[in-house]
Amino acid sequence: MESRVFGFLLRALPVLLLAAAASGCSGGLFEREAEADRVQPVIDPQVERREVSAPKIDTENFEVGAYAGFMSVEDFGSNTVYGARLAYHITEGLFAEATLGKTDTGKTSYEILSGSSAPLLSKSDREFRYYDLSIGYNLLPGEVFIGGRHAFNSALYVLLGAGNTRFAGDDYFTVTYGAGYRVLATDWLALHFNVRDHMMDIDITGEDKTTHNIEFTLGATVFF
Amino acid sequence: MALRLIIALLAAMVLAAPAHAKRETLRVAVAAPYLEMHTGPGRGYPVFHVVERGSSIEVLKQRTSWFQVRTERGLKGWVAGEQLAATLQADGAPLVLAGIGRSDADAWRREVGVSFGDFDGASSISLLAGWRSSRHLALELMASQLSGRYSDGWMAGGRLVHTPFPEWRLSPYLLLGTGVIHISPRASLVSTEDRTDQYAQAGIGLRAWLGRRFMFRAEYLGDVVFTSRDDNEEVEEWKAGFSVFF
Repeated sequence: MESRVFGFLLRALPVLLLAAAASGCSGGLFEREAEADRVQPVIDPQVERREVSAPKIDTENFEVGAYAGFMSVEDFGSNTVYGARLAYHITEGLFAEATLGKTDTGKTSYEILSGSSAPLLSKSDREFRYYDLSIGYNLLPGEVFIGGRHAFNSALYVLLGAGNTRFAGDDYFTVTYGAGYRVLATDWLALHFNVRDHMMDIDITGEDKTTHNIEFTLGATVFF
Repeated sequence: MALRLIIALLAAMVLAAPAHAKRETLRVAVAAPYLEMHTGPGRGYPVFHVVERGSSIEVLKQRTSWFQVRTERGLKGWVAGEQLAATLQADGAPLVLAGIGRSDADAWRREVGVSFGDFDGASSISLLAGWRSSRHLALELMASQLSGRYSDGWMAGGRLVHTPFPEWRLSPYLLLGTGVIHISPRASLVSTEDRTDQYAQAGIGLRAWLGRRFMFRAEYLGDVVFTSRDDNEEVEEWKAGFSVFF
């Protein structure tokens, strides 16, 4: 907006100067006509046009990376989870985040205790895959001090989102919430510690219930 | 497979990093009485250095509305966009920063958003990409994933959105759309066949600016699914979500 006003003023400047010069002369136009032939105008209205454009600055609003940790899937044990994360920082406080992850689940205690030869789920159905879209807020920005010479920027953030989980051959709408701690090792490399709950309604174990599947992960992301 | 992908991603991250250093940087002179340098890109990070009027600084990068700068002595810190806008470039021209100090939301033309909601009892997650041709009219593409108790599915289509009062902070809008919907019954239930049908929708919505470039929106839709059976199916749908503007 400012640039437009500035550009307009620059463009209008010769016209304004000419108008000012003309009004100044109009009083004694006839008397000064001869004089005007000899005297050059005080200000030369030939203003050089200047290009006003926003300079290119490297913007780093995206964050991409990977994480690994443990995920406890209700009734199906705890296992390693792997995932990828993409975040877009909207303002200094708000960011949007998309995550994609995968974990394998184990046997339910019923399957183990009964010694049943017929498992509840096939091997491929035991894979628990999810994606989530969340909004995050950097609740507590701060710094971490290590020794007397090193300070790293950090932030404690909260996340709220929803997504979809593919498990036991079906898709489940999943609400996720959690919190994370981000420490910037350098200007562009961030380390994350993240805890999230994936909440969904399932009926695999014979009754409808809301399950809480809690995930602890450590990850690294780069800003670009 | 996923593990290999993650390792490749990590390797790419490490390799991509040195590319940052190669860019040519912008040099500006401080025109305001002083310029505050924060330790991080946010209000919460403390001011640790002040640059005087007339000093030259190098602008390294931008993160949201904060800029990382380097002083002549090599000190690095973050400056708020509003403060950096009061500097002069090498040729004496004021520094113009894209998207800083721009209050009119009309300047943004592209939109990306997500929303969550309910489609006839099933939960829906939608991804939206929009383009505004004028202050009032926008074209949006939307893809949704549906997951219900008895069936799953997806829908994808386009819609035309009209905003009669774009200047209002809480602004209503109307929309008309069409697309394709695919429904497949749950694995654990009676097996009826998958269906793909066309749908048309009309709806009303409300949008609210929550911040610069960031908007909340909620909408209520009436859909008609043109089935191959005798009757068309009428479905009620609502959604709430947020959008980011570019």
